[in-house]
Amino acid sequence: MAKVRGQGMAAINYPTGMNLGGDPSQALIHASTTGNFIISLSSTDLGQGLKTVIAQIGAETLGVPFDTVIIDTADTDTGPHCMGTFASRATHRVGNAVMMAANEAKKALLDVAADELEASPDDLELDGNGSIVVKGVPDRSISVIDTALAAHFKHGKTIAGRGIYMKPKSEVDPLTGEMDPDSTEAHACTVAEVEVDTETGEVKVLSLKSAYEVGQQVNPALVEGQIVGGALMGIGHALYETTNPYYPAIDHGPLNFSDYLMPGPAELPEMESVVLEFPSSNGPYGVKGVGEMTANCPIPAIVNAINNALGVRITTLPVTPEVVLRALEERRGPSQSNLPIANFPTECSS
Amino acid sequence: MAAKVVSFTLNGRETEVMVKPLTTLQVVLREQLGHTATKTGCRQGGCGSCTVLLNGEPVLSCLLPAEDVAGQQVTTLEGLTPIDGLHPVQSAFFDHYAVQCGYCSPGMILTTKALLDRNSTPSREEIVEAISGNVCRCTGYTAIIEAVEAAAQALKGGQNGR
Amino acid sequence: MGANVLEKAAEKKYRVVGQSVPRRDGMGHVTGATKFVGDVHYPGMLHLKMVRSPVPHAKINSIDFSEAEKVPGFVRVLTHRDVPKNIYTILCLIGVGPDDEPVLAVDRVRYQGEPMAAILAETEEAALEAVAKVKLDLEELPAVFDVEEALKPGAPIVADTGVNYFIYEGHHCRRVRYGDVEQGFAQADFIVEETYNTKPIEHAPTETTGCVAKPEADGRVTVHTNTQALYFSLDNTALILQVPFQKLHFVGGTVGGGFGGKVDVITEPITTLAAMKTGRPVKFIYSRVEEMQVSSPRSAWRLKYKDGVTKDGRIVARQITSYADAGAYNRHTPYAVTKHAANVAGPYTIPNVHIDAHCVFTNHTPGSAFRGFGVTMASFAIELQMDKIAATVGLDPWEIRFINAYRNGDVRPHRKVAEDVTFIETMQAAAKLAGHDLPEHLLAMNSWDRNGGQHG
Repeated sequence: MAKVRGQGMAAINYPTGMNLGGDPSQALIHASTTGNFIISLSSTDLGQGLKTVIAQIGAETLGVPFDTVIIDTADTDTGPHCMGTFASRATHRVGNAVMMAANEAKKALLDVAADELEASPDDLELDGNGSIVVKGVPDRSISVIDTALAAHFKHGKTIAGRGIYMKPKSEVDPLTGEMDPDSTEAHACTVAEVEVDTETGEVKVLSLKSAYEVGQQVNPALVEGQIVGGALMGIGHALYETTNPYYPAIDHGPLNFSDYLMPGPAELPEMESVVLEFPSSNGPYGVKGVGEMTANCPIPAIVNAINNALGVRITTLPVTPEVVLRALEERRGPSQSNLPIANFPTECSS
Repeated sequence: MAAKVVSFTLNGRETEVMVKPLTTLQVVLREQLGHTATKTGCRQGGCGSCTVLLNGEPVLSCLLPAEDVAGQQVTTLEGLTPIDGLHPVQSAFFDHYAVQCGYCSPGMILTTKALLDRNSTPSREEIVEAISGNVCRCTGYTAIIEAVEAAAQALKGGQNGR
Repeated sequence: MGANVLEKAAEKKYRVVGQSVPRRDGMGHVTGATKFVGDVHYPGMLHLKMVRSPVPHAKINSIDFSEAEKVPGFVRVLTHRDVPKNIYTILCLIGVGPDDEPVLAVDRVRYQGEPMAAILAETEEAALEAVAKVKLDLEELPAVFDVEEALKPGAPIVADTGVNYFIYEGHHCRRVRYGDVEQGFAQADFIVEETYNTKPIEHAPTETTGCVAKPEADGRVTVHTNTQALYFSLDNTALILQVPFQKLHFVGGTVGGGFGGKVDVITEPITTLAAMKTGRPVKFIYSRVEEMQVSSPRSAWRLKYKDGVTKDGRIVARQITSYADAGAYNRHTPYAVTKHAANVAGPYTIPNVHIDAHCVFTNHTPGSAFRGFGVTMASFAIELQMDKIAATVGLDPWEIRFINAYRNGDVRPHRKVAEDVTFIETMQAAAKLAGHDLPEHLLAMNSWDRNGGQHG
């Protein structure tokens, strides 16, 4: 009886979006006379940080300070249609819609600024600090707020933009399965190291080392949050979690957090990750997506590591102590399956 | 059984509420007093999202009859937040991306406050032990542990948060 | 390796994109000021609790509410007769059918926890007490829980279509056919077979699913919800209640953890109906017990792989038969199975692929979306299978994946030309991070040029 270690790896792809039913999202942007731009959406932040990354994409495209971009979501009386937050689609779809809306709003802004500065709109640029300047002539500038005021009170114009992103619905060929169901592919590869107690069957994940390729990151800290949070969920899926412990039987289903086992901070392994950025061909600024995929690679990497440690081939989830002990018993063969009991009780020597 | 008046100190303010027997502190805080920073993740004592401080110690308000806090000091996250800016523990959670969906955050932050009040230099193991009753499904806890460590540093250095 | 792409990445000069700016909602979260659905309170608000089936499969003879009605604070009960379009399927909005799931059970319950009637009361305690006093006269029916058992002749029939599988354009499964697997198996030196099994998994967000519906003075209804998909929920609610879409106003956007668990339109229709029937605000928030056992889990899967592999490690044929346990109703599983079918062969280029992916109905709690929709458990099976292939052929687990890795321009089994592929580069980066020395010939590979060497 001992603690044995093993290493395993796994590598995955994960698609962004799901347009088998069409999954468009819209965005509306308008400049208010406060100097703010308001992005109106019906999109949902689950905690992944949509409200933050969409404001970043809006600020980037508009060329205005991040703090002056307000996200107004989600309200069906003010926000245009969005299919919702799922399929790792939100940053990609909503981000593209926001870019389109922001470009239209920016054009309206520059048209008014051009009149005010008596310059061609083509000669103007946003400085990222709230002003529109004539390229190469820094002292010829007008603030965004003055432009918005001029548009409203002097020119009778709106500064607004509309955006939508839609990848057309892909029909699935029922005979061959031919389809174009998604937009781009992100990738991950994880190396897991585990320690298995062959007496109790308990598995401890020692380390998870992962590479992620998610296209352009909009907010690396939020990407890291997905990677770490997903990894712990992956440990849970690999080792502990199920609503039907005796599936397919339905008895003994957990009803609370004491029975439904999830990894806590004490189960955290050493975690390290590297993020590669190969811009996608169709995401805003080359975004791919990272929301869903982060549990997917740790799960098989951990199970492969367990199999490596024990010289067994476990093929079920979750890999509970019972599963480990049964796999070890099977490896020993039927003649020795009663070994632990036959040795009990052990004698004490002085 | 009839309702009765329960008096206690809530976030430094004398408070009197009419409480039906066995009504939990969680319900009184949220539904009678409008202090909704205290969350309701399970109402089984299993997730820690309803954590409040009772005389400075973390308790699960979903399991605590409101009558039991008579004459005592209750602190919710609303009471931790200074008029101007944030408490150093809040700042550390904000700065270290230790919040994602935000639902466990109030309980997690109050648990951290109580930990740092009794142990200003907790080890990583002590932090893990302290927060192990607070469930977070989003972050994977790493950012939270880092935030607690940063908050300990900030409090030791006498910083007042942002 | 992908030189043009790397140069493009290096050229970018973004001001805000790529920066770790603080979270927009961070201050609200750390101060507790963020308002979640459960924090919405209205004076005079009613509470809704469900009468649920205690058994997985039964005929409903009768439901007796007489004792429940006597509970102080009881307001009214809603049954299937109150729901205008009681039988629905949420993906009808994108053409998935037929409708199969009752908002409230009619004459049969098909999973343990299935909603049978909704009780409205002045307080949550009264609603719970009234639910406990409802008397059910049920006649238990044989239930089926195993996906393959469910497909056998003579199995108890769960679905009203008369067959325990979702019908994909006349077929019993979602099919992918690419090349000729039999020919591939004939070329192979090894046949590697294995079956992989997983169990249902709960999302376990710290905030449970729920909503508050409030009738407005102008005759509309405002619904505060933690749905992941606001319009999707509004549209389904309007269809179920047979009210014009413009009568509904949905507000949300702030969710205490979703992970796919909050895309079922499960609390909004009945709560909105309750608000319309009573003229009062109504709150319906799942208890943790409901979240654990009644809300849709990640479906259990069974995946059977049969691979033909040559001595040098090339996978020349892959045949997959997979079964998603949809539980009693469609919800999102038919859609998940299609996404699954496009990905279950893995990020590997294989000339002959044959996939039969089944969406199977059983007497389990209906499954639905969960982070990694149809792909998470495919990735689990694929990557265990790759290790088994490596062991069978006698190659290193890294080598077997590099040899078969898909690259840009390759055609995948669902006939989509692969693009934005960086699978090899990702594995190279992970090996480096983990301190695993890859041999030169694997380091020389890239995702753009199958023959290796420098990308022109």
